[in-house]
Amino acid sequence: MSKTVEEQVIAIIAEQALMEPQDVSPEATLEDLGIDSLGLVEAVFAIEETFDVSVPFNANEPAESEFDITNVRSMVRAVEQLVAQKADTGT
Amino acid sequence: MKRVVITGQGAVSSLGMSADETLAGMREGRNGIGALEFQDAERLSIPIGGQIKGYDPAARFSRQQITLYDKFTQFALIAAEEAIAQSGLEFTDSLAEQAGVVLGTAGGGLQTQDENYRSVYEEGKNRVHPFVVPRLMNNAAASHVSMTHNLQGPSFTVATACASSNHAMGQAFQLIRSGATRVMLTGGSESMLCFGGIKAWEGLRVLSRDGCRPFSANRNGMVQGEGAGVFVFEEYEHAKARGAQILAEVVGFAMTSDASDIVMPNKLGACRAIRGALRDGGLSTAEVGYINAHGTGTTANDRTECAAVRDVFGADADKLMISSTKSMHGHLIGGTGAVEMLACIMAVREGVVAPTINYEQPDPECDLDVVPNAAREADVSVALSNAFAFGGLNAVLAVRRI
Repeated sequence: MSKTVEEQVIAIIAEQALMEPQDVSPEATLEDLGIDSLGLVEAVFAIEETFDVSVPFNANEPAESEFDITNVRSMVRAVEQLVAQKADTGT
Repeated sequence: MKRVVITGQGAVSSLGMSADETLAGMREGRNGIGALEFQDAERLSIPIGGQIKGYDPAARFSRQQITLYDKFTQFALIAAEEAIAQSGLEFTDSLAEQAGVVLGTAGGGLQTQDENYRSVYEEGKNRVHPFVVPRLMNNAAASHVSMTHNLQGPSFTVATACASSNHAMGQAFQLIRSGATRVMLTGGSESMLCFGGIKAWEGLRVLSRDGCRPFSANRNGMVQGEGAGVFVFEEYEHAKARGAQILAEVVGFAMTSDASDIVMPNKLGACRAIRGALRDGGLSTAEVGYINAHGTGTTANDRTECAAVRDVFGADADKLMISSTKSMHGHLIGGTGAVEMLACIMAVREGVVAPTINYEQPDPECDLDVVPNAAREADVSVALSNAFAFGGLNAVLAVRRI
């Protein structure tokens, strides 16, 4: 069975955090996980490559970007939406 | 120790093809940033840059020269010729043997790399032009300036990303101050505005899609530029003896490393570099009237830089002006400190302080006098030029009116 979006996003975040995916809590923030700005940029890149989507994210002001990086759950939801939008437009 | 003065300046930037034109742009607060135009630009998500438009290499160089000169070399040669002409120096005999050239660049012959990777990877060609290597090497610009003008002394290239030019000028300054030589050509050049050059930067997600607004609360990133700045640094007595026109004196230089993060700026490293340049020049904080900021327009740089200036200058921070001319010509990366040195010289020599254009909203974290939107007349005796590079390498120069 193929992995869900949630599983894949968590795997990407876990890789940046140097943790096992099962240890990544949905409530964890990037700070909790020890992911710095470079790690976040790499994670966004990995998400775009994995799902073939474009993530609205500006490294200058990560908190101001449309991409909600409040915690792991918010990022998973945001990616799920991007994937759904992609399916809707067929692109 | 010898004193070091500047007796010639030359530049090319999106504001103009000479130092005078570039300075006119700075005085007018002109925007030199516009749509990027080159092959595959439509595949970029960043549509703007401080690109030099309407430039025809064939009008400046022969066909044989162009086969050897990447754009970053062409820009350096144009700027060097202007600077040398202004200085009135002729490089013959013992002066030629002593004089050298030290230039900064980060990307070197990136256009040449981009074109030739396209040719072998995308077009599938198996043969490249024989001069690809001498065209793309990082020291090509310095070497061609030395060959064109018969400079046989110490010559090399400095690559410290966005601080390359300031590090280069610092080396030239120290070579003359120590007595190793009497004249150095110095500055830097950059030409990264090609598909691969911008695509690489897109990956970091620090480029703005709509404009460079340093210190403004609504800034959203940096904008790249291209071009070169080259200066003639000369030992003071040598310049005086031949009756040369002296533009400014270089009085202080310091370089530090943050030793902390490969991309995030660090206030302590910046503070140490600014303090070091003041100490090296025997300057007090009250003497400094103008700082040409690194001022990239990223959230992190501008906030950190302003905090560093506050820390070093204390109450005097409210008496000085600090502007980012990158708002007009973009960020020339390895060439940026050189073009920005023009603004420092203009401040001490002409009493005109270049503005930070596109300033729209005050940011409480950048609460210094950033000379918003219009140039200003002011009596400035000492100016600093800040450069804080990726990799945490910082270089600050101080120039004084003479």
